[in-house]
Amino acid sequence: MEPAIQLKGVIKSFGDLQAVKGIDLQIRQGEYVALLGPNGAGKTTLIEMIEGIQTPDQGEIVLLGKTWKRDSAALHAEIGLSLQETKFIDKLRVGETARLFASFYKLSAKRVDEVLELVNLTEKKNAYVSNLSGGQRQRLALGIALLNNPKIILLDEPTTGLDPTSRREIWTILQELKQRGTTMILTTHYMEEAQVLCERILIMDRGRFIAEGSLSELISQYGEGDVIEFSVREKEVPDMKQLPGFNKLVWKDEECRGRIWVENLALAVPAFMRQIADSHLELLELECRKMTLDDLFIALTGRNLYE
Amino acid sequence: MNNAIIELIKVHVRSFFREPGVVFWAVLFPVLMAWVLGLAFSEKSGVKATVYVVGQLDKDTITERRFQIEGLPSATVIDFKSASEEEALRAMKKGIISLYITREQGGYVYHYDPVNKEALSHHLLLERILAGNAGNMQMRAVTAPGNRYIDFLIPGLIALGIMNSCLWGLGYNLIEFRMKKLLRRMVATPMRKTDFFVSHALFRIAICFLETLILLFFAWISFGLVIQGSWLGFLMLLLAGVICFSGIALLVASRTQNSQVGNGLINAVLLPMTILSGIFFSYHNFPEWAQKVIQYLPLTVLADAFRAIVNEGAGAGNTLFPVLLLVCVGLVCSIAGLKNFKWY
Repeated sequence: MEPAIQLKGVIKSFGDLQAVKGIDLQIRQGEYVALLGPNGAGKTTLIEMIEGIQTPDQGEIVLLGKTWKRDSAALHAEIGLSLQETKFIDKLRVGETARLFASFYKLSAKRVDEVLELVNLTEKKNAYVSNLSGGQRQRLALGIALLNNPKIILLDEPTTGLDPTSRREIWTILQELKQRGTTMILTTHYMEEAQVLCERILIMDRGRFIAEGSLSELISQYGEGDVIEFSVREKEVPDMKQLPGFNKLVWKDEECRGRIWVENLALAVPAFMRQIADSHLELLELECRKMTLDDLFIALTGRNLYE
Repeated sequence: MNNAIIELIKVHVRSFFREPGVVFWAVLFPVLMAWVLGLAFSEKSGVKATVYVVGQLDKDTITERRFQIEGLPSATVIDFKSASEEEALRAMKKGIISLYITREQGGYVYHYDPVNKEALSHHLLLERILAGNAGNMQMRAVTAPGNRYIDFLIPGLIALGIMNSCLWGLGYNLIEFRMKKLLRRMVATPMRKTDFFVSHALFRIAICFLETLILLFFAWISFGLVIQGSWLGFLMLLLAGVICFSGIALLVASRTQNSQVGNGLINAVLLPMTILSGIFFSYHNFPEWAQKVIQYLPLTVLADAFRAIVNEGAGAGNTLFPVLLLVCVGLVCSIAGLKNFKWY
């Protein structure tokens, strides 16, 4: 089976800034992929090139065996997308908005009803867009992305700013679509979202992928075990190199906050507490946990994922 | 017509009529303005002026003067008021009076800004009154439709309405769609770009016809205004006006994605023309070199051509030149706007 999305040596610059620095990527049909990275990592540029609204300076993008240059009409019909906070027309009803977009795809009113059912907006069909809640708006955007029964969906932060319940509703819809063999690229700020929905996570920084794999793969591949996160009143870096199984310390001066990567919490924590007491530091916060994506990102780059 | 154009037009219609503010400014406001200005400057209210006299009033010659002009229900009234020269100057600065009189060596001296036409006409009138000559003034009021201020005003307001409707209605709408990323969302579908622009053009033509007809109907009912010239010419001109200003709107809105910049740009086009193009008062009062430019501003061309049809009885043939000029401006701007158009 041909891959749903294939990128080879894709480069894109804006003026002096090279936003995407030679990316190779292959996504098979039916795969859900999460794209993570801090702001300015090049995620949006990459997605926009796949969407066809930016052209790569170099390299090739093939979607379902087609390219934007040759088959843009066919691709428009096979791709669905939801942008970060699209605002629809306030004084249009939900059904009218969906019908407008359906008319672009030459779809019937029946399909509009189906999609509204799928995203749980049937009851809101006659409500003005301006009266929808944040979650309902995002579901409308998602519904519009799904109107044409797309083989590939590109979702840019589809649940940002939503409460956990609304977020889960969207996850359920997306998981349903996965059963039908849809391919998805999702950019998100939520680790849990990437974890729940996607079998593969791509971490992007400064125009490149710096890590790739499932969450457990990433952690075992790049992982440095468990994490102790703490903050103290004093500004100087505490010396923690003597902790058993010590891997790494990342210290933030301005917040007096540190993260220590260790092999085993059970061994490291008692030693950590002793070290704090011996150094006469005042401990303000302490959290011990299994490593998360955010910890992984900091271990890789020294920076927060969501700064 | 395909389904997408119909759905797009429905969107324009709904967002117009479901927004009471839009309906008010586009339809009711011009009517209200016509009504207020029409009443304020109609013959019924007459002309009233105040003149300050420095020194004692001469009770014999200077009292309230009232002139009855044949054929008019009201009169021209001039009030005289005794004041010091200081007070008179202050009143002049505030615009309460345009002229004051001092008495010197038994005669009257008139003080006013020599380029103020109103003051000039009051001077001439007062000179006759004070010389006891007012009685033999021969004057006849011109009240036939086509010569009143309201006849001058309404065609101008129609032209102004078309300009506003296109620039705010179409131009701002495009900017807003771009800001909301709706344009970007739409081009990511198989929507044909021509459908999008055709829907806007058809809706704009329809809405401008509606706005114009409402204003005309109102002017006919309240002031007895009728189109003396060719209806065909009137409709051609209306269409040409919409083409012209829609083109300008498209150009202005072709790249902007910020509502404040958009606001500024639209105002930069609207304000100079609203002020210069002689909508409310004739632009023939501007210096001659300025008039040469002003008469070719699109709004001036449109307003003058409407006046020729409504008031002078011009035929369809006479409007060919302005129609052609407006359509050309519209097409050039449209092409430039479409070439530059940013969907995201």
